[in-house]
Amino acid sequence: MNVSLVLVATCGVLVGTGVFLMLERSLTRVLVGLVLLSNGVNLGFMVSAGEPGEPPIYGSAPTADMADPLPQALVLTAIVITLGTTAFLLAMAHRSWQLHGHDEVQDDVEDASIRRLADADETSQGYDLDDRDQQGDHASARPEEDRG
Amino acid sequence: MLTVVLAHALAACVAPALVHRVGRWAFLVLALVPAATFVWALTWAGTVTDGGAAVSVTEWVPALGLDLALRMGLLQWVMVLVVAGVGVLVMAYCAWYFAETPPASLAGFGLAFTAFVGTMLGLVLADDLLLLYVFWELTTVFSYLLIGFKPTDRPGRLAAMQALLVTTLGGLAMLVGMLVLGQQAGTFRISEILADPPAGTATTVALLLVLLGALTKSAQVPFHFWLPAAMAAPTPVSAYLHAASMVKAGVYLVALLAPAFAGTPGWHPVVLGLGTATMLLGGARALRQLDLKLLLAYGTVSQLGFLMVLVGIGTRTAALAGLAMLLAHALFKATLFLVVGIVDHQTGTRDLRELSGVGRRMPAVAVAAAVAGASMAGVPPLLGFVGKETVWAALLEVTDGTRGDLPPAAGWAVLVGLVLGSALTAAYTLRFWWGAFAAKTGVAATEVTPVPAPFALAPVVLAGLTVVLGFAGGVLTDVLDGYADQLPTGEEEEYLALWHGLELPLALSAVALLLGLLLFRLQHQYCRIAARVGTRFTADAAYRVVLRRVDRFSVEATGLFQRGSVPTYLAVILLVVLALPGAATVAVLTGGTEGGPLGVRLWDSPAQGAVALVTVLAAVAAARSRRRLRAVALAGVTGYGAGLIFLLHGAPDVALTQVLVETVSLVVFVLVLRRLPPFFSDRPLSVRRWWRAALGVAVGTAVSGFLLVSANARTARPISEAFADAAYDFGYGKNVVNITLVDIRAWDTMGEIAVLVAAATGVASLIFIDSRTSGIRRVRDIPYPRDVTKLSSQGGRRAWLPGPRTLSPERRSIVFEVITRLVFHTVMVFAIYLLLAGHNLPGGGFAAGMVAGLALMVRYLAGGRYELDEAAPVDAGVLIGTGLFVAALASLGPLVVSGEAQRTYDVYLYPPLLGEIHLVSSVGFDIGVFLVVVGLTLDVLRTFGSRLDRHILREEQARDRGESIDRQAEAGRREGAAPR
Repeated sequence: MNVSLVLVATCGVLVGTGVFLMLERSLTRVLVGLVLLSNGVNLGFMVSAGEPGEPPIYGSAPTADMADPLPQALVLTAIVITLGTTAFLLAMAHRSWQLHGHDEVQDDVEDASIRRLADADETSQGYDLDDRDQQGDHASARPEEDRG
Repeated sequence: MLTVVLAHALAACVAPALVHRVGRWAFLVLALVPAATFVWALTWAGTVTDGGAAVSVTEWVPALGLDLALRMGLLQWVMVLVVAGVGVLVMAYCAWYFAETPPASLAGFGLAFTAFVGTMLGLVLADDLLLLYVFWELTTVFSYLLIGFKPTDRPGRLAAMQALLVTTLGGLAMLVGMLVLGQQAGTFRISEILADPPAGTATTVALLLVLLGALTKSAQVPFHFWLPAAMAAPTPVSAYLHAASMVKAGVYLVALLAPAFAGTPGWHPVVLGLGTATMLLGGARALRQLDLKLLLAYGTVSQLGFLMVLVGIGTRTAALAGLAMLLAHALFKATLFLVVGIVDHQTGTRDLRELSGVGRRMPAVAVAAAVAGASMAGVPPLLGFVGKETVWAALLEVTDGTRGDLPPAAGWAVLVGLVLGSALTAAYTLRFWWGAFAAKTGVAATEVTPVPAPFALAPVVLAGLTVVLGFAGGVLTDVLDGYADQLPTGEEEEYLALWHGLELPLALSAVALLLGLLLFRLQHQYCRIAARVGTRFTADAAYRVVLRRVDRFSVEATGLFQRGSVPTYLAVILLVVLALPGAATVAVLTGGTEGGPLGVRLWDSPAQGAVALVTVLAAVAAARSRRRLRAVALAGVTGYGAGLIFLLHGAPDVALTQVLVETVSLVVFVLVLRRLPPFFSDRPLSVRRWWRAALGVAVGTAVSGFLLVSANARTARPISEAFADAAYDFGYGKNVVNITLVDIRAWDTMGEIAVLVAAATGVASLIFIDSRTSGIRRVRDIPYPRDVTKLSSQGGRRAWLPGPRTLSPERRSIVFEVITRLVFHTVMVFAIYLLLAGHNLPGGGFAAGMVAGLALMVRYLAGGRYELDEAAPVDAGVLIGTGLFVAALASLGPLVVSGEAQRTYDVYLYPPLLGEIHLVSSVGFDIGVFLVVVGLTLDVLRTFGSRLDRHILREEQARDRGESIDRQAEAGRREGAAPR
């Protein structure tokens, strides 16, 4: 099977630029990156589908000359799903802008607080075995007799 | 037998309702279930004592070879009697123990307690290792709930958690051990493993792991600390857990395995060593407690060590003694705990420094306690004494070398340890009785409320049994021999009796008692010394240190890996892609492929090259763009480029869909971007940006490499070669891609439209915030601007395209309106054509839905949001739901006809004028897809179009009113509420 270098290179560039944009924090940029990446991957299906052929319409050409229909069906659904994802991410970008005045993805606050605990060599908030108020806690902490 | 366990499960289920209805008296009703079990077990007495067994096997998970195998031999029978019998008495006791107006958690307590009795029965009856494990862990879970009875009580909570962690740790080790043991034996059926025990290193390791489970459950050193802590539970729970059940599970397991495995390397050192240590440590700790209940709890630890040693030795005499002591312990320890409960209940304290003269106020209780205590200390003529006589005989046998694998020295060491332990037992028993009931000088007599007779019934009955069984040594020997006979016998055949003659065992009993008495006389001195030499290092402290370390480790690990930054996560994922599949690709590309060199050519056609060039340039420019709109437009260019490449590749359906989707996305982007700032926020040119670029280049290159390798890696013929014929013969259509979507891989498509539904719902929720839709307002429903003549939009002379009149004149585009008037119907007809023709020609539900969506989009762009409602006066959610329903119906419909989902049928019709019409059933599925896609587009238009229009309008009006824009924008952002 002969692979078209141009096609392979186009996929590579689309994926590469997509990754570059997706690593950003602005949701709009991430979204554009996602669109580029999706286009690149969808084109990649054509590489694996083999060499170009006649449209897969039964009877219009000998079956052997037809392009592989299975990758086409897969790509077709992928394209429509990309639209759904795009719409959803756009809604998120808009909501983020509504709430915060920008569409940047922020670092998780909870995770940051855990990192602070790790830096300060402290235990988690759920840990409650510390000696701080152990009095009367349980058996071994009870005073034992030392007088008659 | 299964019925016995299930009856408890059922009783547990009705327990909460029962407690709600009749309060604490519910326990009397619930006690009927273990009572029935007790009677049922008695009916088996003949069979079991004759060496028979009750067996029941019900298939459960045949694939795993897991059966509900239950078996009641003698050992199990004794355990069932103890578990059920003590269960009845403790439950009856509960009816008087709890307050008349029970706490809210009592309903859950009733459930957990009844279920606990049931699982304990299941544990002893189980004849399958895995089934035993299931019950084992269930007892852990229910004991957790029982110990943590009061969720608001911190000590109780911590104790429950401690019991859970320690016993689960052992339980997990035990599970591993059981799996290995089952593999070695080739079966998980316990009776079969015991009949033909495996041996070898793996078996040894497995047994040690199983022992770990037994040791943690039975609170042996160094896992003893959870048991005293667990006395935070209500007293009936302590009585039951410590006397009859939970902690006896470990002893039971060792007793079960001992006949087959006592000779395994490591068994004796572990069981005898830790058992003796536990007996001494528990006794030493018990002797210095001030809290009566805590004293008993440490006493239990001590007694468990004692029992562990006895059942672990593995001779007939020791087994006989072990079972007798197990029985004796169940009777006296339950009595003592229940007595503590009564004392606590009637006086309000358990501190032995505050109690004085209680014995005179509740003589019956004091006598019961005295009997039980005497049995524990080993005073004749009680069951405890009978057991201990045989214990000494058994240990003396060991020193004679009855068990070849136990050196006499070990026998002597254990003997000395147990005599000392018994002395401690006698001492703390005296301390207990003295502390609870004696009149102390210098302490005022404690106020005691009278004890209701039924409350004292359970301890009195148990104490009575202790006396009766003390005289029944002969019967007990006959009965328990059924288990003990499996083990090697010493020179003489020992038996249980009050009087064996003037022999060494009697002397040992006397020594232990006298030593105990001495220790009790010296108890205050003992406490002083113990307090001085007591180490700071306790097992409980070690537990805390371990838990703290684990917690710290988890914080460090979370802090290290969970950075909370999305780009970082993505970068990590991509770096892994580069490191693993990327490296493999490089290896293949440099190493050469098996199927010869890579077949490559520059391009498939010059046209492909030209389109690819434009696409690549657009992609790079999009990545560099600082304007949002430009970036989006350039991304659109790459989409159209991809569409052209699809077309050149012989994929017209894909190309059509790609172009339509790209157009819809562009419009949607523009609709949202009008609300966002035109430029991206400023990005400083940092090192990070170069990292991103480098990662992008690397991943892009790697993907190209994957593609080259994978395209040349195909070895099998593609499955899709058969698609064309299959599509025509079974799908009755010529468009192979479309038939693939609606027939060959229809479930795939079904899943995909479900994703679309989820996405559309997500979009609507994020924009409308508190409702699925905004409601539909037709033009006739709204007031027209003052300068516009109102035209009828209903019936008669109806204005076509009335929407634009609702817009202000400077927003209207007459050319656009005219074009819309001209093309809308044509486009809709084209959409229907694509939908129906898609079966044989390029088209289908997706493309048709997109075209229809574009037509709606044109109406919206020309006439605004009211025009959209005119064009599609339906709710998008309804449309989407209907689509999903239709598609599901089309998929499942054939199931009714042929029993096969998604089978396609066709029919030819010949109506006059229209000629031949070929109807195919899978068109129904395509119609569903069509409706979902139209619904998605409509949803997107309603949210990003209509709703955002309204936001903008409101902000403009606010500005006109001269209000602070900032404040309004702030309100607008927080908005999401109902429209004006």
